[in-house]
Amino acid sequence: MSPIVELKDVRKSFGNLEILKGVSFEVNRGEVAAIIGQSGSGKSTALRCMDRLETIQGGSMVICGHRLEDAKIDLKALRRDVGIVFQSYNLFPHLTVAENVMLAPRLVKAVSRAEARTVAEAVIAKVGLHEKLEAYPEQLSGGQQQRVAIARSLAMEPKLMLFDEVTSALDPQLTGEVLKVMEQLATEGMTMILVTHEMGFARKVADRVIYMRDGKVHEAGSSDILRTPSTPELAEFISEASEH
Amino acid sequence: MTYEFDFGAVLGYWPLLLQGTLTTLRLTLFSTVFGILIGAFCALVKTGGPQWARTIVGLYVEFIRNTPLLIQSYFLIFGIASMGLRLPILVGATIALTVNIGAYTTEIVRAGIESIHRGQLEAAECLGLSKVQTYLHIIIRPALERVYPALASQYVLLMLASSILSSVGVEELFGMSNRIQSDTFRNFEVFVVLGILYLILAVVVRAGFSLLGLALFPRRRKLGTSL
Repeated sequence: MSPIVELKDVRKSFGNLEILKGVSFEVNRGEVAAIIGQSGSGKSTALRCMDRLETIQGGSMVICGHRLEDAKIDLKALRRDVGIVFQSYNLFPHLTVAENVMLAPRLVKAVSRAEARTVAEAVIAKVGLHEKLEAYPEQLSGGQQQRVAIARSLAMEPKLMLFDEVTSALDPQLTGEVLKVMEQLATEGMTMILVTHEMGFARKVADRVIYMRDGKVHEAGSSDILRTPSTPELAEFISEASEH
Repeated sequence: MTYEFDFGAVLGYWPLLLQGTLTTLRLTLFSTVFGILIGAFCALVKTGGPQWARTIVGLYVEFIRNTPLLIQSYFLIFGIASMGLRLPILVGATIALTVNIGAYTTEIVRAGIESIHRGQLEAAECLGLSKVQTYLHIIIRPALERVYPALASQYVLLMLASSILSSVGVEELFGMSNRIQSDTFRNFEVFVVLGILYLILAVVVRAGFSLLGLALFPRRRKLGTSL
């Protein structure tokens, strides 16, 4: 099985500050990979590079067949294949839930209004919000908004979904409803990469865990490494995370 | 000596007053439409254009906002005429008002655009929207919705300020009154009638903007709150 995500010695700096100091890992089709690590370890930057919100400065990165270091990359094609969900939801406040989800299929895939509506209703039902189709984002709880953001990405039928600390702004109860949706996606075989602080979720759902530290992959493996870490740094990180 | 009010003499000129009112409304309508187009474009340039274009727009905005409308109108209307271009005076007046309101609109819309969070643009980018699609659907619509009340006020102000164009010979509502005054010498009555007419016009224009806002911004219509 060829990897759908392949990072080799990826480097990225902001000014003089080197954030990614040679990051390498792979994720196969259908896998769920959890990237964990302290704040400032570069995990969110790595994820943002995968959707080319940031451009890498060294090494190579192949995402769904697109070479991200290529200056002439077809960004539209990349973004059709990759969906991303942010910590702050970023729903469009002037559009209803249905309109938020229909917008990209209508504009980017140029499907008819009726067809976009059908797709939107299906993905919104999938995240359990069919009764909120005509609501506006401000009328929803944080967890509901995040589920709409997931649905909005799903409507583009991505091959890979990226989640950037999507539950960090939510209280435990709302976190649960978002994680449930993500777990269901994983069960259906969606390839997912998530930057997360939810150790329990990573342990339960992730096929692959990547522990980043100081701009590098410090330890990676199956979710077993969360139970039996081989480096003292990961062991310490896990014990600190479980205290919270 | 007591002053005998004679509104009849003034109201007898109602066809002139009506014509002036219609002219004022027409000037306001056209300069509103063109002013929004210019303002939206210049605001886009000012927030995301190349440096040289930002400088040009900046100079335009500052120049217009810091000189009197009357002087701008004088130069535009007679300036165009002196270049040998024979335009009807109402077209010249519309251009003058549009140039003026365009500058104010630019600043208001710019504030609206700058209120759009960067995350919105990232979300649009990641969904694959092009720059133009992002501008039209994610930036300008919510930006206009957010600054709509300020815009509406500015355009009512424009309608009232258009009275100054009578000084350069435009026969809008105020200009018509000059004719009635010189015919009747009933200055006081003329101003009372004019004041009432402008008041009614302002209320009507404001109501028009409110209705338009409800039509343009469904979120506002359904939730009744500002964005």
